[in-house]
Amino acid sequence: MNTDLTPRQTLALRRHLEAGLPLVSRPYQCLAERINANEDQVLGQMHLWHEQGLFRRIGLVLNHRALGFTANAMLVLDVPDALIDEVGQRLGRAQGITLCYQRPRRLPQWRYNLFCMVHGRQREQVETQIQQLLDEHLLSDLSHQLLFSTHAFKQCGARFAASPMGAPCHG
Amino acid sequence: MDDLDRRLINRLQRGLPLVRHPWQALAAELDSSSTQLLERLRQMLADGILTRFGPLFDIERLGGAFTLAALAVPEERFEQVAEQLHALPEVAHNYRREHAWNMWFVLACSTEQAIAQTLHHIENLTGLPLLNLPKEETYHVGVYFPV
Repeated sequence: MNTDLTPRQTLALRRHLEAGLPLVSRPYQCLAERINANEDQVLGQMHLWHEQGLFRRIGLVLNHRALGFTANAMLVLDVPDALIDEVGQRLGRAQGITLCYQRPRRLPQWRYNLFCMVHGRQREQVETQIQQLLDEHLLSDLSHQLLFSTHAFKQCGARFAASPMGAPCHG
Repeated sequence: MDDLDRRLINRLQRGLPLVRHPWQALAAELDSSSTQLLERLRQMLADGILTRFGPLFDIERLGGAFTLAALAVPEERFEQVAEQLHALPEVAHNYRREHAWNMWFVLACSTEQAIAQTLHHIENLTGLPLLNLPKEETYHVGVYFPV
């Protein structure tokens, strides 16, 4: 028996998954019925996508505001180019940093090249947490700014994207 | 939200096992039942506590493109510009931040070319200078919110 899905079935499966995983006890059976395949084929395709890194996990996207995570800060730092990888990796591993990216400077308007997201329930708590973090990593001397978000105008994951707040806050 | 909801959210943030009967596997872990877990999940999606449940695809691996961009919008025009961006399907997220660069948004397009075109369109539409800050290196992506 051929266990591979046809390209057409693969595409159909991906389309169905855009709406999320069916909320039933055997979701892959349910998806298989919709694309005229069997459960093993669908599970096989899911494992393949997972191994290829097309998705990291079957997970959820939280409405962080509804859950009380209303203090959302973007910490931006001006890190010397020679140190960016080292500092990025260190901060990326630090407790409380949810995302950490290098982005280009746009001089003279924008000098910051390292972007970190920190979410918390209270602004003061996030400010303290970030100050401690910078002190601990001996980074307080680097020019940096904290940009708190005050309003989310639009928060809908891109098609196929719906990354767990990775895209949402940071692109 | 009760203790079971919290445990379910925290567990699902680590991912649902990729097996035939995933809820049965989770029910054993969380000392619950498949039916109850599914019921809770449906409710939290209906209440808007969760906005999505399913595989979280990596758009870049699927051939898409992202960027983060910012505008410095004069206060009196803020709402108007927010509406202009809201109307564009390429704008996935838009946040107001406390800074001279006060509007921060993410573009999600199918190609890099479409990103460039959209940025150009936004500049024309708003008449405002724009910062385009595409990701150059990822050091960490691991959003986990213990609730």
